[in-house]
Amino acid sequence: MGSPVGGPAPAITAEGLTKIYRTRAGEVRALDGLDLQVPEGSVLALLGPNGAGKTTTVRILATLLRPDSGYASVLGYDVVRDAQKLRRVIGLSGQYAAVDENLTGRENLWMFGRLYQVSSPTAKERAGELLDQFDLSGAADRPVKTYSGGMRRRLDLAAALIGRPRLLFLDEPTTGLDPRSRIGMWDVIRRLVREGATLLLTTQYLEEADALANSIAVVDSGKIIATGTADELKSQVGGERVEVIVHDPNRLDEALRKVSDCCLAEATVDRHTRKLTAPASGGARQLVTVIRALDDAGIAIDDIGLRRPTLDDVFLSLTGHAAELAESESEPATAVPAGSTA
Amino acid sequence: MSSAVSSADRPTREEHGSALSDTLVVTWRNLKRIPRIPELAIFAILQSIMFVLLFAFVFGGAIPLPGGGSYREFLMPGIFAQTLAFAAATTAIGMVDDMQKGLIDRFRSLPMSRSAFITGRTVSDVIYNLGILIVLMLSGLAVGWRVHEGVTRFLAGVALTLLFAYAMSWVGVWLGMLVPTVEVGQQVAFTAIFPLTFLSNAFVPLPTLPGWLQPVADWNPVSAITAALRELWGNPNPYGTSSFPSEHPVLMTLIWTAVFIAVFAPLGVRRYRATSK
Ligand SMILES: Nc1ncnc2c1ncn2[C@@H]1O[C@H](COP(=O)(O)OP(=O)(O)O)[C@@H](O)[C@H]1O
Ligand SMILES: [Mg+2]
Repeated sequence: MGSPVGGPAPAITAEGLTKIYRTRAGEVRALDGLDLQVPEGSVLALLGPNGAGKTTTVRILATLLRPDSGYASVLGYDVVRDAQKLRRVIGLSGQYAAVDENLTGRENLWMFGRLYQVSSPTAKERAGELLDQFDLSGAADRPVKTYSGGMRRRLDLAAALIGRPRLLFLDEPTTGLDPRSRIGMWDVIRRLVREGATLLLTTQYLEEADALANSIAVVDSGKIIATGTADELKSQVGGERVEVIVHDPNRLDEALRKVSDCCLAEATVDRHTRKLTAPASGGARQLVTVIRALDDAGIAIDDIGLRRPTLDDVFLSLTGHAAELAESESEPATAVPAGSTA
Repeated sequence: MSSAVSSADRPTREEHGSALSDTLVVTWRNLKRIPRIPELAIFAILQSIMFVLLFAFVFGGAIPLPGGGSYREFLMPGIFAQTLAFAAATTAIGMVDDMQKGLIDRFRSLPMSRSAFITGRTVSDVIYNLGILIVLMLSGLAVGWRVHEGVTRFLAGVALTLLFAYAMSWVGVWLGMLVPTVEVGQQVAFTAIFPLTFLSNAFVPLPTLPGWLQPVADWNPVSAITAALRELWGNPNPYGTSSFPSEHPVLMTLIWTAVFIAVFAPLGVRRYRATSK
């Protein structure tokens, strides 16, 4: 492969990647012909449930793992043949913070800078900048074992940036963080994106992919099963919907007709949980209409709300099974066309 | 990244990074850990002192030396050898600890020399072991151990001890990558090293061992380093047989260390590279 100079060339290309883990218990096919294209300067989210193959993909692209077959190049470098050259231009922040507990934040960054082959004074200077940028200046000279989870993840991200990489891999950057730290991490990532970083991040949350990425690739069982923007994926599921829990099971059918009328579409019903679901193209106004209609008919409700499609909904519509559970365990709501069960 | 200077545009250094500077950085990192977890070093030092005192005062009078001489002077080189044989355990535990944490992935994703991570581990352990050796020597001096053959031979003995510890560290590197957890590493290392140190001349003169054990103990690397130190420092060194190891202990120690490094360094490096599966 030639010199990795900008242009329209993709930053990441993967073709038919497969990876099989051999364990005592047997073989696990973690990647099963995965294809991927990420243009330079863009942010791609690899979205998929636990065990989908996200980490395996990132580890192959970041030269930590060899694929069993298939080909991948990053910034023009073959991930197997040119691994050592590639390592100079990428940064990786893994699923678990990979920083040294016994060193201070500043020492960690200096060390990783040196190992990126940055000179000692430059590494020191850059460490200071990154600590400031990531709000860690106050704790810079404390051993990392005294850091909170959120601080560790920020330091880990700083460590991935110390060599000024042209491309950044973030594997589940917010998993395990409390909501406040998660928002903080989002801000940090958004800032990187504004500065023009090419970024591949993985996540289990559609919401997160939506907030951070300009395109999303959905992974399941080691394959990409859909790509597109968050809106494109959501529209495959049907956008926002209204969900109503009806108090009295005997009035479920009546409520079903009312809701279908309000939403100008067929509502679905899950009799077990007394839950009605219907597309709500009109957003909050539609919610008000539904509440009013049910109230006028004197149908008591336990709960009502607008819900955005979740990863589960995307999965259900793409694969026919729920994201985190096997088919047998999750019972999909039975779709009942309005009026068919009078 | 617009704000980032692409490192591909910089004049590139050696393809494999700078092995020497990377090794020094890793060594620095490992040594930093010592004062951050002082309990580890303090316990290791107390344990060494305890061994010296136990053997000097409990067994000191009970074990007669063929040909006479002070048991405590006989004992100290044995204690040094035993303690530094445990360098293998120290290194193995350090390795497993690092391999278990996600930290190893970061090291492996960096454009650094491929062997610096483990070479740095063996270098920092040798420095750590030098510290332990100094403490042991001071406790030895306190219970009556002396060196009788001058500064040069004293320093030669110290160098030989550290070389032996360095070789044992390479065994530890390999061991550390075979075992799944720190606890297992600890068990394996101790199970392997305790017999090695007791089936030797470290605490009892070779002639007092049962006949069938004598050749085993004679060819034991721990016996070689122990006898070498006794010879270099003029401490009592009763021979059992007139075998090659007992007549050339210094040479035998050098052979053992060369063999350990030649076998276990490549095995360790290969295993480290293969951890990518
Ligand atoms: N080291 C390993 N040994 C055996 N199986 C593994 C290993 N790593 C991952 N797997 C399996 O491979 C599949 C994909 O894992 P992974 O890439 O970690 O998924 P994700 O990051 O999307 O959760 C899972 O079934 C997982 O159990
Ligand atoms: Mg993962």
